[in-house]
Amino acid sequence: MTFLGMPLLPSTRRDRPTIPGGQGNIVEDESFAEVSHQHLSNQQLRNNIGHATSTIREKRADVVAELDDWEELREAGSRAKNHVMENLPEYLAEFEANFTAAGGVIHWARDADEANAIVTELAEANAPVLDSGRREVIKVKSMATQEIGLNEHLETQGIDAFETDLAELIVQLGDDKPSHILVPAIHRNRDEIRDIFEEKMPDAGDLTNDPTELAEAARRHLRHKFLTTKVAVSGANFGIADTGSLGVVESEGNGRMCLTLPETLITVMGIEKLLPSFDDLEVFLQLLPRSSTGERMNPYTSFWTGSTPGDGPQNVHLVLLDNGRTRALADEHGRTALNCIRCSACMNVCPVYERTGGHAYGSTYPGPIGAILSPLMTGVEAEENGSLPYASSLCGACYDVCPVKIDIPSILVHLRNEDAEANHSPVSSQLDTALTGASWMMSEGKRMATAESGLPIAHAVTGGEQINSLPGIAGAWTSSRDIPALPEKSFRQLWAEDEARAEEEDDES
Amino acid sequence: MKIALFATCIVDAMYPEVAQATVTILRRLGHEIVFPSGQTCCGQMHINSGKFAQAEPVIAAHARAFSDTDWDVAVAPAASCVASLGHQQPMVARRMGNDALAAEAADIAGQTYELSQLLTDVLGITDAAADLGSYFPHRVTYHPSCHGMRLLRLGDRQSDLLRSVEGIDYVDLPLADACCGFGGTFSVKNPEVSSAMLADKIRTVHSTGAEVCTGGDASCLLHMGGGLSRFQRTGSFEGTPDVTAVHVRQTSSTDVGDDNVDHLTAVVGADDDDHLTPGEKGTSPAEPSRIQSGFRVGQSAVHLARILASTKEDPLRVQSEGATVSGGSLR
Ligand code: SF4
Repeated sequence: MTFLGMPLLPSTRRDRPTIPGGQGNIVEDESFAEVSHQHLSNQQLRNNIGHATSTIREKRADVVAELDDWEELREAGSRAKNHVMENLPEYLAEFEANFTAAGGVIHWARDADEANAIVTELAEANAPVLDSGRREVIKVKSMATQEIGLNEHLETQGIDAFETDLAELIVQLGDDKPSHILVPAIHRNRDEIRDIFEEKMPDAGDLTNDPTELAEAARRHLRHKFLTTKVAVSGANFGIADTGSLGVVESEGNGRMCLTLPETLITVMGIEKLLPSFDDLEVFLQLLPRSSTGERMNPYTSFWTGSTPGDGPQNVHLVLLDNGRTRALADEHGRTALNCIRCSACMNVCPVYERTGGHAYGSTYPGPIGAILSPLMTGVEAEENGSLPYASSLCGACYDVCPVKIDIPSILVHLRNEDAEANHSPVSSQLDTALTGASWMMSEGKRMATAESGLPIAHAVTGGEQINSLPGIAGAWTSSRDIPALPEKSFRQLWAEDEARAEEEDDES
Repeated sequence: MKIALFATCIVDAMYPEVAQATVTILRRLGHEIVFPSGQTCCGQMHINSGKFAQAEPVIAAHARAFSDTDWDVAVAPAASCVASLGHQQPMVARRMGNDALAAEAADIAGQTYELSQLLTDVLGITDAAADLGSYFPHRVTYHPSCHGMRLLRLGDRQSDLLRSVEGIDYVDLPLADACCGFGGTFSVKNPEVSSAMLADKIRTVHSTGAEVCTGGDASCLLHMGGGLSRFQRTGSFEGTPDVTAVHVRQTSSTDVGDDNVDHLTAVVGADDDDHLTPGEKGTSPAEPSRIQSGFRVGQSAVHLARILASTKEDPLRVQSEGATVSGGSLR
């Protein structure tokens, strides 16, 4: 039994840097501001995303409103997850024992490299070499394998991984990256999808942009793979500790085919996905589909427990992945981010995500959850993470909508503090300098009063006019916004003058 | 009751008239107002920028100022700052290892109300016209700030008060719960995303045909007012993608009403004429049109305290004769 260096809880800040961060595709190296700049001017992308998120948003709001105990459900979901995180070593041990007893094999992976090596070895042992000289595996959507860059790794090892989820397929065929955790091709519209299919599916023929026709083309393309491929790689939404079961919820049925048809099934799951028992699903199977697709129930819910002779895959493996999760867990202010059930509700309501799309976050996990999860897992010391916690106006919509009540805005502020303390640039920016000055001024009412006594001069200098353009960082503001004319006096001054006048009047009478 | 006013830094330095309006309303109800002179800011600017160490002395200044003065309840015309007092100050003080300050800050926060909270929950005001004499015969739309909505859970308190103002023509703002994109330093760190959010917000404000967009947070109004002003001045947000021309909504001249025309053609505040340059600025498609032709323009952001303080005897006047109001604030 291995516990991947599970830290004692709670940790102190000093311990944290010694806990290894994750690696792989969790983060890329361009800052949010840089990448969002490109995406903001892509009108097609903004239209696609704006349309999709507002549609899902409304659907979700409708089905959530149907339940009068939604808040209690959220509370229950949050409590169950917190409980698992507090007792993760015990639940992992219980799960391992039960999974193994049912005929499965557990592999522990500290990071992306270890996980990729394990899957490669299993695929080499179980997937035959084809005429092309390469091996093939089919995949059902798994964020964990995205995170570790499994497809890219397998490719270098002579193994082709075929995505079977429709949206993942679109992304894969388009040589693209997912931009949403639930709707990975949210940034594509029908015309773009038709073009990708026509180009990349040799047998597809001429297609229109009709969704049914597009789905049918994908179905024909995939059917053959399902029936001939020997090895499947899946993710998992839940691991059930007291039975050792794994579960996947999905909409298209491709998951069920992957989970039942191949001889070997390799699942890659983050260690945080455990639930104590089947009973907990009562809560989560209500929270998840309503939050993610706005459906009362997802079309396919598959659970499997080890292997059964003559039924389904005979060779069942599970890679339990850390890759920075224990690091996040050790962060007492941020650890609830691990409660995330990847429903994507937070990105569908996020005004920043809506305008930049998922790619701007440069992270496998985009949107509000990505802005906290990626830095928590890889460490805010990793400089490329520094911009993610600032990719939010802290409007709070994500917290309101999260089915497991992750207080994303507070964690963002916490991570900004971590970033500020990590002090990446020795030369402080104009904003930092301004904030330092403001802190000094605002630490005493008298200093602020002195500063405000400059208002009449400022008022005179600006001619009592509004300000339309300023240099430096203030220019970022005035690029699209005016600043109102400054008042001649601050309220503090006006108040003091009134008081003095009232006193005089009192004296006179 | 002895009510301590927390003006907040933005109101104190940029919108003194909002603090004055707050004082006016509360005095009208017969309360005594005190202004703790050591006050500065809630610390939110530093906290949300991750500068906890720099925020601590600001939080301490607030605690000192409000502990040194004697009062029953405190009030601020700013949901965001009130939320910061309760949700952030104690957290940051604890993180800085200053438990005494955390307790003191929590104590003060527990007694500090946002203006509409104080009016409804503590003072029992439900009808602004009857209880405060509020009179504002204009078409008004209302933006609920994110922090008022989600951190303070103000619900309908602000909009109900507005609706009960005599003469008001209240129009709902489409997608009202969308963030305006200010977010403090977010608007400086990610100016493009912020501007894109603002552009969408301005578009919805324009679509209501309201003369005034109001709300309870000077910071959001600073942002929205800045955007409204820029848009009306130039017809676009420079550097902001996807801002299509906004067409001024035409309403029938009958619903302007003679009474309103009077106010609309009057000027804001007697000494403010020089801020207004009728007909001089702007070549935009959204350039405010003549009242006579029955056009109305969403043109200005005004804090709700000023609307509540406006009476028949001393009305806050909205000027609209072919001019944008300077700086987006009725000053
Ligand atoms: S953070 Fe919450 S809302 Fe966002 S994906 Fe995770 S569970 Fe869903």
